[in-house]
Order: sequence, then structure tokens, then C-alpha cells
Amino acid sequence: MGWLFDRKESPASWQVQALHLAALLVLFSLVSWALLSGAGLKWQSVWQYRAVFVSGWLLTVGISAISLGLSLLIGLVTALASRSRFLPLRSLAILYVEIIRGTPLLVQIFWFTYVVFGDFSIDRQVVGVLSLSLFTGAYISEILRAGIQSVGESQLESARAIGLSPIQTYRFVIFPQAFRQALPPLAGQFASLIKDSSLLSVIGIPEFTLAAQQASSATYSTLESYLPLAAGYLILTIPIFLLSRWLERRAHFAT
Amino acid sequence: MKLEIHQLTKTFGTHRALQIPEFACEFNRCLALVGPSGGGKSTLLRIIGGLEIPESGTLSVDGVHLPRSEGPLREYRRHIGFVFQGFNLFPHLTAVQNVTLPLTEVHGLDAREARKRADQVLERFGLGGHGQKTPGQLSGGQRQRVAIARAVAIQPRFLLLDEPTSALDPEMTVEVLELLEELREQGVALILVTHEIGFARHAADHVALVADGNIAFGATAEEFFGNSSDPEVRRFLAKTLKFASI
Repeated sequence: MGWLFDRKESPASWQVQALHLAALLVLFSLVSWALLSGAGLKWQSVWQYRAVFVSGWLLTVGISAISLGLSLLIGLVTALASRSRFLPLRSLAILYVEIIRGTPLLVQIFWFTYVVFGDFSIDRQVVGVLSLSLFTGAYISEILRAGIQSVGESQLESARAIGLSPIQTYRFVIFPQAFRQALPPLAGQFASLIKDSSLLSVIGIPEFTLAAQQASSATYSTLESYLPLAAGYLILTIPIFLLSRWLERRAHFAT
Repeated sequence: MKLEIHQLTKTFGTHRALQIPEFACEFNRCLALVGPSGGGKSTLLRIIGGLEIPESGTLSVDGVHLPRSEGPLREYRRHIGFVFQGFNLFPHLTAVQNVTLPLTEVHGLDAREARKRADQVLERFGLGGHGQKTPGQLSGGQRQRVAIARAVAIQPRFLLLDEPTSALDPEMTVEVLELLEELREQGVALILVTHEIGFARHAADHVALVADGNIAFGATAEEFFGNSSDPEVRRFLAKTLKFASI
């Protein structure tokens, strides 16, 4: 079994790695075949719902993209506020982050939909984007705060010594270093954002998950609807994870 | 250069770092602050550099009192070069960018002018081929020379150096001291905190012994190292030079 191990001091040879990959592929095919070849699968009836899937997937992409931008903005403002010397601002930022991190996203979605905006005739999708952005923003603010804090005291001192103003210090010294630190966890948070958007199905936003549920109940199918559903999310998240890995390696070399 | 201090105090929490009743000195090129660790010499240098604000008292450089609020103090800092013990270069920028950042953002040079001046200074400091490297790719001596280049490129009124060679091995120490010597020769005024007594003796025109938060003794280098009768100076020199004559 020794040849199956990949150790730092004795890495697995490329032949072993290739064999390993091939074996995984065979296993994957076998499982897929077992699942997909079952009798009575209703691929054709689910196929008729392809337009629903596509529009749901596109809505998921759209909601995620807008929420991504908005949550970055919220996160940045909150991170700066939580470092403010003005106490009320700092308390407010901390309160926001702790409330959001202390409650489930699903509960927050209910709150925004039925309590906060319950009496207004606001588009559900707007409410969905808002709750997703506020939720992710709290986590992003913590990631950015950690990144900003990772910039050492000596750097700030140096910035003062050459006469940079506080804004210039943020722009030229703190942010470039903080973002380098924060990029890998940020990428992970964006992947979470995409996955979390599936919860918006509970308030009737016809995003990808709701689309799959509709197709499933209309055609009395399960696997045929939920397999494309999982694949649709993977198409979005895997590139982000690859990007995150790559960024992590790059940040590692930079230090 | 003229340095005058009157009733200066600086405390950190409950710790009194500096309490200097009265001090004045005039020197041509180089003032060395020497003394035991924790004696307050770095704090004094940081006050001269506008990085710390004293609780009370005044300090004046060439007859002008140092400002006491951040805005004017920043303006003051813009025209002096400060070099730290730990180099404090920006790790995300190349050597050239480290030098050009204050030039373009603080001193209003355009990118091309700044680049030209950075290249010149780095070349002069023997770093010609290293401009595109980040601090992480440079040796300690090279980093400190980049840091000095950054401080010199702004054409400062004077240069402050806080133990510039303490983090370096002997060979690199010589590298940096030779550079400082060269700057001195070219007429750049220096105030440095140093443990390199040999360098202070060789390069400084004025030496001040800072101990227990006060300037215990200040004199010309000749007097300081020659026949100072001050008991504290004698004790300090006896200690620091104990192994120097080997």
C-alpha cells in the first residue's frame, strides 16, 4: 500500500497519480451508470422543463452577482466602521455583525420578507438580494477586518514617516496588503453566497432550486431534477474554488 | 544643525520614557545618540522625527519649535527622512516603487520624474540591478539600503536613523555604515541612534549619551571619546568598549 501515499519526502510518481485518477473516473462512471440507468427514469418529461431550469439558473447567477457587489460594499463599510474611533459607529457595526452571524440565514429571510418588508409591496427578488447581501456582508466585513489587522504596526509607522495622509495610507499601504490576505477566504465566501441563494426558494423567488423543485413535482421525478440542480451549482462554485486555490498559492509566494 | 530641548517629557502609560530638563547642541553633520537599551534614545529620535508627541516641553530644530498637532506634524515629517531598525519597507511594492511612492503621492513628482530619481538613488547605493525586486527577495543589507534610498530620495532636510544596523550581520552592517559615511561626506545631516560606538566615534561630530530618560551628557565627539571626565560617560564607554580592542 506504500505506493498509494503521497508524502512530501517521497511524492507519488506520475504513473501512480494517473492510475489513481483513472480509477476515480471508473468509480464515478459506475456510480453514475447505476443511478442513471435505473428503469422508469423520466428524463424526457424533465427535459420539457429545460427552459425553467435555464431561467432559474440565470436568476441564481444574477442574484448572486448583484449580492456579491452589494455585500462587498457592506462588508467594506462595516469593516471600516468596526475600526472607527467613533464609538457609536463601532458599536453599531459590531451589533450588526453579531446579530447576522448569530441567526440562521433562513430566519433572516423570513424576517426581511414578512416582518421588515412585510407591509410594503417590494419585489421579492429585491428583498432576496437584500437579505443575502446583508448576510454575506457581515461575514465579509470580518474577513476584511482580519486582513486589515494583519497589516503590521510597522507598516503604518512607515506610512506616517513618509508623510502619507490616513486616506493615502489605506489606499497605498493597507488595502493592497489586506486584500492579498483576504482574497482566498473572500473567494470561499462568494461560493457560499451562491449556495446560500438556494434558500431564497422558500419565499417563492423562481431561482435555480425552486425551478428544480417545480420540475420535480410536476413530473413526479427526483434524481432527474435534482442531479442537474447539483451540477448547476458546481459549475458556478468549482471555478471559484480553483481561483481561490490559485490565489492562495500566489499569496504564499508573495510573502 | 541646531537642536534645543526644554523641559521635555514623554510617558507611555505609567512609564516615564523621557524627562529632559534642558539640552542644546549645534553640530555640523552628524549627531549620534548612544546609551543603554531602554534609556530613551529611540523615543527622543521619534520625537525629533515627529512620530511621537511629547506630553510637555518643547523641542526645536534649527530654532523652530516642533508642532504639537497631527496636521502640521505630518507636513513636518514630509521633509525629513526616517530610517527604522526593521527597515519597514512596503512588502507588496518593488524597491523602485518603495522609493517612488512618497515622491509621487507626497511630493507631487510625476511618475517619470519619480522613476528617474529612484533609479538614480538606487544606482548610487549599489542597488542598480535590484529595482524590480520586492523586499522579500532582498538581503537585510540591501533592504536597509533601499529604506535609506527611500528616505534620501525626497531630498530631506535631515536624516533620522533608529539603530539602522541592529538587525544586520557584521558584513551588512559595514555595507550600511559605509553608505551613511558617504551621505555624511556629501553633506546630508544625520541624527542616528546607534550601538556602533566605533561608527559614532568615527563619523559623528557630536555625541549625546541618553540614559534613564535623560541626556546625561552631550559633547563634541572628540570631547566625548577623548577625555570626558563625566563618570557616566566613562562607565558607558568602559562597558561598550570592553571587547572592542581585541
